[in-house]
Amino acid sequence: MDLFEYQGKSLYANYDIAHPNSFLVNKIEDLEHGFNLNYPVVVKAQVQVGGRGKAGGIKLATNNDELITHTNEILGMDIKGHTVEKILIEEASDIKEEYYLSFTLDRSEKKYLMMLSAKGGMDIEAVAEENPDDLTMIHIDPSKELDEAVLIDAITNSKLNLDYESDLVEIITRLFKLFISGDCDLVEVNPLAITSSGVMALDSKVSLDMNAKYRHEDFDQIEKDIPIPPSEKSAKEKGLNFIKLDGSVGIIGNGAGLVMSTLDVVAEYGGSAANFLDIGGGAKAETVSAALEVLETDDSVSSVFINIFGGITRCDLVAQGIVEATKGKDLKWPIVIRLDGTNATEGLKILRDNPNEKIIITETMNEAAELSVKGNR
Amino acid sequence: MAILIDENSKVVVQGITGREGQFHALRNRDYGTKIVAGTRPGKGGEQVESIPIFNTVQEAIDETGANVALTFVPPAFAKDAVLEAAYADCQLIVCITEGIPAKDEAEMYNLIKNNTKSKLLGPNCPGLISPGKSNVGIMPHEITLPGNVGVVSRSGTLTYQAVHELTQLNIGQSTCIGIGGDPVPGMSFIDILKEYQEDEETNAIVMIGEIGGTAEEEAAEYIKNNITKPVVSYIAGVTAPPGKKMGHAGAIVSGNKGTAKAKMEALEEAGVLVVSNPTKIGKAVKEVI
Repeated sequence: MDLFEYQGKSLYANYDIAHPNSFLVNKIEDLEHGFNLNYPVVVKAQVQVGGRGKAGGIKLATNNDELITHTNEILGMDIKGHTVEKILIEEASDIKEEYYLSFTLDRSEKKYLMMLSAKGGMDIEAVAEENPDDLTMIHIDPSKELDEAVLIDAITNSKLNLDYESDLVEIITRLFKLFISGDCDLVEVNPLAITSSGVMALDSKVSLDMNAKYRHEDFDQIEKDIPIPPSEKSAKEKGLNFIKLDGSVGIIGNGAGLVMSTLDVVAEYGGSAANFLDIGGGAKAETVSAALEVLETDDSVSSVFINIFGGITRCDLVAQGIVEATKGKDLKWPIVIRLDGTNATEGLKILRDNPNEKIIITETMNEAAELSVKGNR
Repeated sequence: MAILIDENSKVVVQGITGREGQFHALRNRDYGTKIVAGTRPGKGGEQVESIPIFNTVQEAIDETGANVALTFVPPAFAKDAVLEAAYADCQLIVCITEGIPAKDEAEMYNLIKNNTKSKLLGPNCPGLISPGKSNVGIMPHEITLPGNVGVVSRSGTLTYQAVHELTQLNIGQSTCIGIGGDPVPGMSFIDILKEYQEDEETNAIVMIGEIGGTAEEEAAEYIKNNITKPVVSYIAGVTAPPGKKMGHAGAIVSGNKGTAKAKMEALEEAGVLVVSNPTKIGKAVKEVI
């Protein structure tokens, strides 16, 4: 789960990672009560999209009047389709040097990857492409501790300012601790800066591994603070994995791979999916009813394709869910169903015993895709 | 032959007293799999439908000669369970558990690799089946048929779809394997491809990938240099919008790297027959064998 800058910085605070003093603004009135920051301050739009500076989402304010003007201007601003709902006001830093640092998992190597560069404050992908030697990449064995000697080597090789070596080792070690103990998929700091008040993390890009939610009390609140479309929200509350797409065929399936391939097959027959909806493994009847309810809230759906291949999921329970959700209802759209695998025979029997004129049972995935695309026109 | 498991594999089920653990242990035993033991700390000495339960994997191995572990332990305890099986020298550990934190996966993968000889399949995978011999996982064995095609996939349900297509055309399978879609899977496509290449009973290989990561590109490179048997492949997610997470933490498309198109091209270049739709897998295999 990708965090906003301000959320990443509140995690910095938990790990004693130096960052500028700041104040979070939700509405202009929040400024009336004043705050403990020294001018000049930077007014930063909180959006999860790159290039906010160029879009006018970052402004410097040297006094209260400028602050109010900029805050008014940026709050509610649209940046590449993202509305600015929160603003982070930070004390401006006197920057001497800007570096880049990140920790992530290298999936091919199955090790953690630290990337460090003296060319911070700019597009790091461009640095990696044009001057790969300027980017130091170090793999860290997840079964071992981070070795300080390796860190010092990396700092030296990256040609960072060695006058600040011990401060850099300290902040990088703390950022690594956040990455590991904080169960982050990504910790990226660009820039990691040397300022007149020491080494500081000036920006934050943090992504959390939600599988680790059970061991972090704060993940739940962080998640609640990230706005998501209403349909995705209601799906999430029901334990479904739902993503809104642009087409008109509603898709329900079990397993991410099968649902993705259902999208592909629908496209082959000339249709396009209205969503990605994975009911997961071992779904119960209630899960299936809930999935249908989610699609009912989406006006762009004009037919539904339910594609189930039972393994740990039992087709009879899926069928039961479909019947419970549709019985005696005048359905808005046709539902094309394909059931295979564990208890498919029982599932098909349940559907046939409870006929509904809008429900079509098919033998194969192709046939179902074809009919759901046709039913759409 | 078949790979990794056969009629001689003796399986200990970790977490046998849980709902899923018990259901699949019994189902697999009914299929003919030698389920010789279960573990559940504190319940040693009890039984599940005459399968003896032990407190530890080591005890289970000592008493029953188990050599394969099948893990249904909940995410918070899965890392310790898998490591316990590895340190007890289980040859193969199949971890079905979904939702294990990536840090735990990375740590256990490297600890096993550095310190033991065990092979780990999964986590978050459907396991594997050698049709007619042994089922160590949650795959519906009804759709399989003994034969000579090796199947390997990152996705669970899509594996079933592929196997189903083969069986419908009367094409049997030597072994069917789901390696799981998590960020740090144990055995990779390459590990499995190597086993199939060496297996005399396997004549052709079906490999099913999906968007995200570079596992398919790496497999393509390996196939080009090491695999002489025909390979058929399908990549899920051609129409997936970039940047969206599609359920598996790994399935994130970034730039051209990891897209379905890049993977399909790499595989085609390695001489693999790539199909555009999972229902075409059966026919394609028929063509190459």
